[in-house]
Amino acid sequence: MPGDTATSTTLVPLILVATRKGAWLVRGDAGRSRWRLDGPHFLGHIVSHLMLDPRDGRTLLAAAKTGHLGPTVFRSMDLGATWREAARPPAFAKRADGKGRAVDHTFWLTPGHPSEPGCWYAGTSPQGLFRSEDGGDTWVPFSSINDDPDYLRWMGTVQDGTPDGPKLHSILVDPRDPAHLYFGMSGGGVHESRNAGKTFAPLLNGLEVVEGFDVADPTFHDPHCLRLSPADPDRLYQQNHCGIYRLDRPGDTWVRIGRTMPPEVGDIGFPMVVHPRDPDRAWVFPMDGQTVWPRTSPDGKPAVYGTRDAGATWQRLDAGLPREQAWWTVKRQAMSADALDPVGLYFGTTSGELWMSADEGGSWTCVARHLPEIYAVEVAQRSAEAGG
Amino acid sequence: MKVLIPTPLRTYTGAHCVAGSGTTLAEVLADLEARFPGIRFRMIDEQDRMRPHVRFFINGRAVHDLAVRLDDTDELAIVQALSGG
Repeated sequence: MPGDTATSTTLVPLILVATRKGAWLVRGDAGRSRWRLDGPHFLGHIVSHLMLDPRDGRTLLAAAKTGHLGPTVFRSMDLGATWREAARPPAFAKRADGKGRAVDHTFWLTPGHPSEPGCWYAGTSPQGLFRSEDGGDTWVPFSSINDDPDYLRWMGTVQDGTPDGPKLHSILVDPRDPAHLYFGMSGGGVHESRNAGKTFAPLLNGLEVVEGFDVADPTFHDPHCLRLSPADPDRLYQQNHCGIYRLDRPGDTWVRIGRTMPPEVGDIGFPMVVHPRDPDRAWVFPMDGQTVWPRTSPDGKPAVYGTRDAGATWQRLDAGLPREQAWWTVKRQAMSADALDPVGLYFGTTSGELWMSADEGGSWTCVARHLPEIYAVEVAQRSAEAGG
Repeated sequence: MKVLIPTPLRTYTGAHCVAGSGTTLAEVLADLEARFPGIRFRMIDEQDRMRPHVRFFINGRAVHDLAVRLDDTDELAIVQALSGG
């Protein structure tokens, strides 16, 4: 019966919120109008990323540390009901001369290709790339980049990184080919592998750098967030320290599409989100990148900007958001989209508010306030009957 | 020997004080790791360096070297850095 079919496919969103002081799971109803907070998990832990494995719908990984203790990864096989610590968290190879690097925190988690169940990738601070083949229980350095002399030079030192430490982030897996990978480094640029990580190469053509520095040197490139269009994996978008870009493969030259943003807002920011079904649609959250980099909403007036034409034009989307005196912003992994229709957009703020739009940015509702500073927001769709 | 465990690490030990064995600080930490998997990496990084905000005291004296020797009558106190914030 049609009614039975509709019931069996009712999907509800699950928002995964990672904060400076713990993690929350936020469960929504089918109408995306009622929300239930489950948490805090790991109260007091600095959780950089919380990610659900879309291949089984139940495995969660959380990248965590505390102010005093070293980093770890927590794993749940039952959607957050119980957690266990990874047996071997991401860690660099030990060097005999005592000069080796140490992972300060795992920053980014990406589930592997659907054809590789149990495979995950992790990016760390300082920049490192790691892989797990057992669902996140044990991690090993991945590829050669962690110890490659060129990559080490491009990564720079901790002093070259962001105030929260240099990051390897935005690990992307081509849904058509598990051997085709991308990642970004802040700093250190965008890199691509077509041989399952055996080698990576910079992918920087067209990207700008801070005035006066060598655009040919990956050291000076700072991609903030890379996204791949699920509907067209040959299209990438990027929010960079120096603008918003699009890249259409097999081309290798990024196009600065942020030039069409209003000049009083600019095209500096951290997060970027792509529509799950329309490669021409994407959203950003601009911030004030002038003078000392306040990292606040421009003029204290937060807004999402969306494009429907691959960056030719942008529309301001701020209905429901504060009109003034709102000095928060959104970090690079704190904005996400669900795959429902219409698409739901979600973002978490540095002031601990969780906002969502059930109409693709047309209007915004605050889901939660007074959380700790939000570091990451991911969203998954789950069957309403699945529980958990 | 007696090993005092700071609050952030008691999720591993379940107790504020445990018995440890070994003739050096490195051996004592290896003993703790064997019984409480994961605890060492929260204190010591992959290059065998003490983490910046974890401190070790033997009989009230700060130590900074994993090779420092201990015996069964010593008391090892592991503490998180005393600074606030």
